[in-house]
Amino acid sequence: MNPILLAVIIVAAIGLIAGLGLSIASKVFAVPVDEKAEKIRECLPGANCGACGFSGCDGYAAALSKGETTETALCAPGGNDTAKAIGEITGLAAGEVKPTAAVVLCQGHNVNATTKLEYQGVQSCRMASQIFGGPKDCIYGCIGFGDCVEACQYDAISICDGIARINPYMCKACKMCVKTCPKGLIEMMPLEEIKAAVLCKNHDKGAVTRKECTAGCIGCMKCVKECEFGAVTIDRFCAKVDYDKCTGCGKCHEVCPVGAIDLVQLLKA
Amino acid sequence: MKIALSILLTAILTENFVLCKFLGICPFLGVSKKLNTAVGMSAAVIFVMALATAVTYPINKYLLVANGLDYLQTIVFILVIAALVQLVELILKKFMPPLYNALGIYLPLITTNCAVLGVVLLNITKEYNFVQSMLNSVGAGIGFMLAMVIFSGVRSRLEGADIPKFLQGLPIVLIAASIVSLSFMGFTGLVDGIFA
Repeated sequence: MNPILLAVIIVAAIGLIAGLGLSIASKVFAVPVDEKAEKIRECLPGANCGACGFSGCDGYAAALSKGETTETALCAPGGNDTAKAIGEITGLAAGEVKPTAAVVLCQGHNVNATTKLEYQGVQSCRMASQIFGGPKDCIYGCIGFGDCVEACQYDAISICDGIARINPYMCKACKMCVKTCPKGLIEMMPLEEIKAAVLCKNHDKGAVTRKECTAGCIGCMKCVKECEFGAVTIDRFCAKVDYDKCTGCGKCHEVCPVGAIDLVQLLKA
Repeated sequence: MKIALSILLTAILTENFVLCKFLGICPFLGVSKKLNTAVGMSAAVIFVMALATAVTYPINKYLLVANGLDYLQTIVFILVIAALVQLVELILKKFMPPLYNALGIYLPLITTNCAVLGVVLLNITKEYNFVQSMLNSVGAGIGFMLAMVIFSGVRSRLEGADIPKFLQGLPIVLIAASIVSLSFMGFTGLVDGIFA
């Protein structure tokens, strides 16, 4: 037989067998795809941020479709629109996403906070915090190398005077920065309502705090006594506000001798 | 036995596919960021290399060489390997979902990887018999895994290093890869020395 013809026949035959085999196999070994999960997945923003507590958007969609969770309002970046869309697909009651935004609870910028060492290593909070708790005297405060800036997918965070600041207009509440901060300084706060916030996480005793940062909470209890709603508590020499109880009256802000408590109203455009 | 061991050691160390032959560099640089993905990818490579050799050896011997069509090896092997991996993927998805999820995207990624094609073609140039070919393939896969695991360690160190701006990202990874590769050159002559 003509060798060229033989070669063509053999390659074509192998191709044909492989093609046929694959098409038969794809029918025989077909796995039913969960259509509901696919539909839910399309509604989700696809940021894979993990704010819902599942492994990315696919994980949340699968859990919803299998009925492992009935919470439709777990997607913070998607907000109410997403919750509604999920509710329509699954037939579950559409929950309401309480809008929140991330806030850095530290005022220890270059003027307020003093430094104990000159750091020249890798410009990363994670690395710097391992050397005597960071370059600042206060080991609880913001280091300001911007690990959270890197983590934010929405460019909402910037470093300003040595501490991180989050722009609530850009924040999608994905909590990536909350997970990244080695000091655990970033917390979620409700949007649009006026709330008092303790912008400090320093657990040192008052006198020690005083030397470290002029805006640090010294645990003087004045705010606790002043609050009529029992929203402020002191834990290890640092005040904390329960945002559910806080009405935003501002009395704690007025009595605070160091200005660690501020009234915060986060607005969305 | 001696030959078998020598083939295996040669494939793993002295002729490491990634670090000495520079095949399969794409997954080597792409998936070596984390240890667990590196191991997952390598497991898939070992599996596919062994399977590809088992299938291509008889095709080469009884279909191509018997008809004097040796020159078709490359194209036929690509065809066969790609179809084979697709088939394996379908079967795994159906019957072994955990393994399918573990290998994940790596399985389709390596269908046309040059390391896989390289190993089946090298088996033929070296005129290995079937058992020797299988040993060589598995050894090449283990060598790939070794390179990936070592390099994932190097890369995790790189993450914490203070790298000059112009070297950040891929440049420093390539430099690190070349240094690891240099260190593997130290194995030259090792296998010949052991089995001399």
